[in-house]
Amino acid sequence: MRSDSRAPLGLTLGAAAGLLFLHVPILLIFLYAFTTEERTYQFPPPGLTLKWFAVAWNRADIWPPLYLSLQVAAISTALALVLGTLVAAAMSRAKFFGRDQISLLILLPIALPGIITGMSLRSAFDVMGIPFSTWTIVLGHATFCIVIVFNNAVARFRRLSGSIVEASLDLGANGFQTFRHVILPNLGSALLAGGMLAFALSFDEVIVTTFTAGQQSTLPIWMLNELVRPRQRPVTNVVAIVVFVTTFVPVLAAYYLTRGGSETAGGGK
Amino acid sequence: MMGFRPVTLPVRGPGDRLTALFWRRPDLLLVLLLAPPLLWLGVVYLGSLAALLLQSFYSIDEFSGLVVQEFTLKTYLELLRPSNFDILLRTVGMAAAVTLGCAVIAFPIAYYAARYARGRWKAAFYLGVMLPLWSSYLVKVYAWKLILSKEGIVTWATDAAGASAVLNAVLALPVIGGNSLSTSYIGTWIVFVYVWLPYMILPMQAALERVPQSMLEASADLGATRAQTLRRVILPLALPGVIAGSIFTFSLTLGDYIIPQIIGSSRLFIGQAVYTLQGTAGNIPLAAAFAVVPIAVMLVYLALAKRMGAFDAL
Repeated sequence: MRSDSRAPLGLTLGAAAGLLFLHVPILLIFLYAFTTEERTYQFPPPGLTLKWFAVAWNRADIWPPLYLSLQVAAISTALALVLGTLVAAAMSRAKFFGRDQISLLILLPIALPGIITGMSLRSAFDVMGIPFSTWTIVLGHATFCIVIVFNNAVARFRRLSGSIVEASLDLGANGFQTFRHVILPNLGSALLAGGMLAFALSFDEVIVTTFTAGQQSTLPIWMLNELVRPRQRPVTNVVAIVVFVTTFVPVLAAYYLTRGGSETAGGGK
Repeated sequence: MMGFRPVTLPVRGPGDRLTALFWRRPDLLLVLLLAPPLLWLGVVYLGSLAALLLQSFYSIDEFSGLVVQEFTLKTYLELLRPSNFDILLRTVGMAAAVTLGCAVIAFPIAYYAARYARGRWKAAFYLGVMLPLWSSYLVKVYAWKLILSKEGIVTWATDAAGASAVLNAVLALPVIGGNSLSTSYIGTWIVFVYVWLPYMILPMQAALERVPQSMLEASADLGATRAQTLRRVILPLALPGVIAGSIFTFSLTLGDYIIPQIIGSSRLFIGQAVYTLQGTAGNIPLAAAFAVVPIAVMLVYLALAKRMGAFDAL
């Protein structure tokens, strides 16, 4: 194996170029938050300033969408944690009738394009006459967050040796005590990782949300409006940095929580 | 010497009785575990999909603009009208081009990560692909709006390199060109490729990691050059990974409406048609019929992919 461990130059350059292509664009978001030019995307920026951070802080139209996004992400994550763990507990057990169909059903909300999930929910609200509210947004988000929690939890359940559960039962603990004192501590970091990924996904989601929000505005919807009709462009960059950091930190934390296992988080979005 | 003390079991509470019940009837526990998530997914998700299908068989009254709740295939026939059919062709064509672009750019990264990266580098590659995958979708799209705009960095860089004639020649191309990169199909394509690239790299890398080293050695022993080994051994074995990745790139492109709205010419894609029809136009039946198209395309695609063994690489 070691005999041919030097990569050909062309391959190295191709891989390096590919990775640069993936990362450089994001850096520009940071640069443009400091530009003095607010009407165009002129490069290089004519001057640098810190004032947009203060401007963004004082803009009253940014705070309500931020609160709504945090609220929706928190509720959706909590729901997805419960539902995803339950289904992972069931699926990690012996084979049963309809198992493959259930795993397809869990995967479907994320495998089909977001516009289908969004349009489906929109049709359903329309057919049943449900008015738009925070809860209609949560309904959509929790649905596609289940699979994220499920993926993390089911891998941990599989690795969890059955004998420690049996040992707990042999020592006199009942099922609930076993869950509380044996299964949950073993599951902990996987659930935390899954929960953080789900939070990041929900906080950032825009396609499904545009169909289920009605007149409400989450932070991504606010950003989308600014992209279509820009005003004070650097302020959008400041918000973009906030969104970027709010998703980046949980994802990185999830990676370090599950690193080294067979089920490193984030492999499948 | 101490005598035996009788073992005193703790008083049995409801928790113990339930445990005993679940022990005797494990399927009861299974049902209880599955009921809440399946109710949620079954009612919220499958119910919504059913509502979508139902709506697509309704039609809209041309005079009153109200939805007529009667079964008809009229709405689906409207998809075949030239202006609507163009939207379908344009979207599927873009999805195919994006998939191809992703496969070409992803290959060196996936191959390097699978075969040459070790230890810390391996982790760096993994994070290097995973972080862009998870970072905010809108932020990524926005970044490209900055890059591709007429006064942006691409124009600046080509000017500085004295290559603005090349850029202008590319933009002057019929159909795919435009006023600036951010209002052309080329721009739309670049952003799609950028945003979905990690979805191609990860399954491709997984497939490449399963190619045994002994096969490459055997190929070299039998006199194949590097290029021959790549073409005759590595690429065929990596194909399931490429197909698995293409499921994502294809499906995600079919259903996206933000990217062509922000970066591209004003010509519509399926996603934009769905969004406009359900919103301002208020034609939910036609929007639903449009949304059924990606489902149908993806079902065919998944069936083909399954036959080529792509699911083992997921």
